[in-house]
Amino acid sequence: MTQSRREFLKSCGALIVSFSAGSLRVLSAQSQGQFGTHPSHIDPEKLDSWLAVGADGIITAYTGKCDFGQGIFTAQSQLVAEELCVPIDRVKLIQCDTSVCPDQGTTSGSQSTPTNFNSESLALAAATAREALLGLAAVKLGERVEQLTVADGIITSNMGRYVRYEELIGNKHFNVLLSATAKRRSSRDWTVLGKPIPSLDRTALMTGQFEFVHHVRIPGMLHGRVVRPPEMGATVVHVDEQSVRSVPGLVKVVVRKNFIGVVAETQYQAALAARKLAVQWNPGPELPSHNSFFDHLRKQPSHDVLSVDSRDIEAQLAAASHVIRAIYTYPYQMHGSVGASCAVAEVKPESATVWSATQTVYPTRSIVAKLLNMPVDTVRVIYVRGSGCYGLNGADAVSFDAAILSQAVGRPVRLQFSRQDEMMWENFGSACVVEHRAGMARDGSIVVWDREDWVASLGNRPGYDIPGNVITGMLLGYEAELPEPRSAKAPGGKFRNQSNTVPSYFAGCVAGGCGGGGTIRSERALTHTVRSPFFTGPLRSPLRIQNTFANECFIDELCAHAKADPVAFRLQHLQNSRVIGVLKAAADAASWQARPSPMANFSRAQTVSGRGIACVAYEGDNGYAALVAEVDVDLQTGTVRPKRFIIALDCGPVSNPDGLRNQTEGGILQGMSRALVEEVTWDNRRVTSVDWETYKSLHLDSEMPTVETVFVTPADRPATGAGETAITVTPAAIGNAIFDATSARLRDLPFTPERVKAALLADRGARA
Amino acid sequence: MKKITLNVNGQQHVVAVDPETPLLFVLSDELGLRGPRFGCGMAQCGACTVIMRGQVVRSCVMPVSAVGQDEVTTLEGLGTPEKPHPIQQAFIEEGAAQCGFCLSGVILTAKAVLDTKPDASDQEIRDALGGILCRCFTHTRMLRAIRKYAEAIRA
Repeated sequence: MTQSRREFLKSCGALIVSFSAGSLRVLSAQSQGQFGTHPSHIDPEKLDSWLAVGADGIITAYTGKCDFGQGIFTAQSQLVAEELCVPIDRVKLIQCDTSVCPDQGTTSGSQSTPTNFNSESLALAAATAREALLGLAAVKLGERVEQLTVADGIITSNMGRYVRYEELIGNKHFNVLLSATAKRRSSRDWTVLGKPIPSLDRTALMTGQFEFVHHVRIPGMLHGRVVRPPEMGATVVHVDEQSVRSVPGLVKVVVRKNFIGVVAETQYQAALAARKLAVQWNPGPELPSHNSFFDHLRKQPSHDVLSVDSRDIEAQLAAASHVIRAIYTYPYQMHGSVGASCAVAEVKPESATVWSATQTVYPTRSIVAKLLNMPVDTVRVIYVRGSGCYGLNGADAVSFDAAILSQAVGRPVRLQFSRQDEMMWENFGSACVVEHRAGMARDGSIVVWDREDWVASLGNRPGYDIPGNVITGMLLGYEAELPEPRSAKAPGGKFRNQSNTVPSYFAGCVAGGCGGGGTIRSERALTHTVRSPFFTGPLRSPLRIQNTFANECFIDELCAHAKADPVAFRLQHLQNSRVIGVLKAAADAASWQARPSPMANFSRAQTVSGRGIACVAYEGDNGYAALVAEVDVDLQTGTVRPKRFIIALDCGPVSNPDGLRNQTEGGILQGMSRALVEEVTWDNRRVTSVDWETYKSLHLDSEMPTVETVFVTPADRPATGAGETAITVTPAAIGNAIFDATSARLRDLPFTPERVKAALLADRGARA
Repeated sequence: MKKITLNVNGQQHVVAVDPETPLLFVLSDELGLRGPRFGCGMAQCGACTVIMRGQVVRSCVMPVSAVGQDEVTTLEGLGTPEKPHPIQQAFIEEGAAQCGFCLSGVILTAKAVLDTKPDASDQEIRDALGGILCRCFTHTRMLRAIRKYAEAIRA
């Protein structure tokens, strides 16, 4: 029996299938003039905004989540191929171009997978498209949808008749809305998604063919450099343009308030002019001392937020059998992209195009429009991958700078930062202090835990309207987002743990109920956000890594006091089944021997070994990890050598196991570098870690541990983020392993040999 | 400006540039090559690495006038997407990249050390990679790919 068109429409809910003469090709044509109004001229409710079937059968998909090395390009291509039942090479993914892609905000915060791989956005679009194509095929073949199967882009009826996607809709609009009831293909049936498909950029990368934003070349393009102030807060007194008169090829010295740049015919000439340009600056304010910075931080006016407060802390601490206190510190760290940030801008009187490695094309479009004083719909931002970014490196600032320079000279400008421009002025990961106080019962269980932290903050991602959040905006006179001093209000609404401020062991009880991962009901978490002397911003696992370091090391201290096994002690205070799941899985995979830390019998050898564990529910509910670290510590030199990491990761269904392993290995090793060597430094005037001699990172000659990854995938759970979960637990696991090996507790990151030796000495003194 | 003749990846090029221009800028801007990239401009990270006379050279600090008649090999000079060099093939098979910005330094340095000493130990290979930075920390996969290539050339 043939289902009538009307019945089909009914069975598919609000699906309205109609045909238009419009060619899909115009979707990607710049001349179409699709620029509309903020926030996006591309309606995310419409299927045509996400997906198009060409006359050649190629599926073009448009995404607002971009790949900067984390593998999301390949994973999204897999997703579209899976839902449309075509081989992956028939999918063409267009990422983050404001002229054709929907506005998906920022690619960050481990949000691409939750957003695009569950039941909305790109996943819903692809599922809607498959159902729409089946509906069209039913009409064309005169069959019921239930009698159709689809494979390889061909829809076949059980009578053996078939039709190809492109015959149904090739080069035409779907003209339907996303269907909220469109069904994703079950993960049990996946043939492309969930498989370790080799990343699609591999061959081009390895053979030097891959186009980074650094390689974008526009006819008539000039080269720029910026001339940054010598220190934060410095202002221009005088720019001596005579000083660069002799530089050949110089086109212009551009000065706008405190923003200075030079434009020349070649990169070399631009670099030469930037170096030679004589600028007189008013000094900025003196910086707080690096040595006593954390004391300084705690004394500043602050914006205070209580995540949770049971209001019985002091009484419970007074009643506790034993109270333990500890203070943890975490330094400013850098994104430190290996490539200096770069952008290309072509600003004409009536329109502007910026090729940018920003993680936020639409917000960047708005800021560029603001800085150039142009209507937002005349600006186009096209994402082109840059060097690995890990958050907010110089990609946004360099895009703004390039646009300003291009507007000033009326020609396309390619701008690349110097190493110092990059490292002195990026938005660092925040420095933090965390102070814990916990009360234990006689039986060794935790009855009360109070936690207070101080976070240095200035600026952030610029978003759609805060240019002052990065250096360019500040130089042009815009204000940065600042923590407004205010005292804390009682926590209200639903419990949230976005920054992993609250340890997993808290019950997390607020007005809206208990949402924490644990059993401790006498609980308080108070955060003081303080004005930072330097720009700060999201660096891979922003505040989550700082907080988890402090929380997961402190639970280890409590555990040691209770003389309990670190896994068993955690389990005793946990109720979140997914944290419990990864904890057990990691312990199993590591053949964890249940015993208290530190080791009972210290060896007299020069090198001692230990193991440590740490776990997290990333952002409270966006991925779960437990990591076992096995390390060697050289007692004479204080050198820490991680030997083996075993991680259990639960992020729901895995889109690409090979890609996830790559991300996980990278996250752990990056976390190891951050735990052992990375720290921004400064003197009383300026940042002094401005290159790879002064900012340490583990180079390729470093001894690297093995990394074993175990995936825990509970049934029927949505996909969560996974790019930041592994790094989050790494410093804590290493710190706990050092304690296990030596009985010295490291509370200040990074764990430099000097600090390890000092802690060993202090520990021996305490035990003598 | 001065006319300079360069031999790059088996081809001769004549460019008119300031002789003090770093070789990297000439490779990127005049010849349009994408392999060597600007990382630091101070020979601290290896992203700009090329091979000359069998040795790795940091093209960001070498003036183009100092190249002379020596053949310059960049990452794209090793192999093509259709026919990658065996070391590139090993990197492809191992998926030894994340952002991939650092690859010139990693692949060319490993190739240079193994060309000179095919039986180089893991430690010797690692020592050679001392000046190379990968901030995505793809270290483990990269070393695995290099080992795979080393085993293949020894076989």
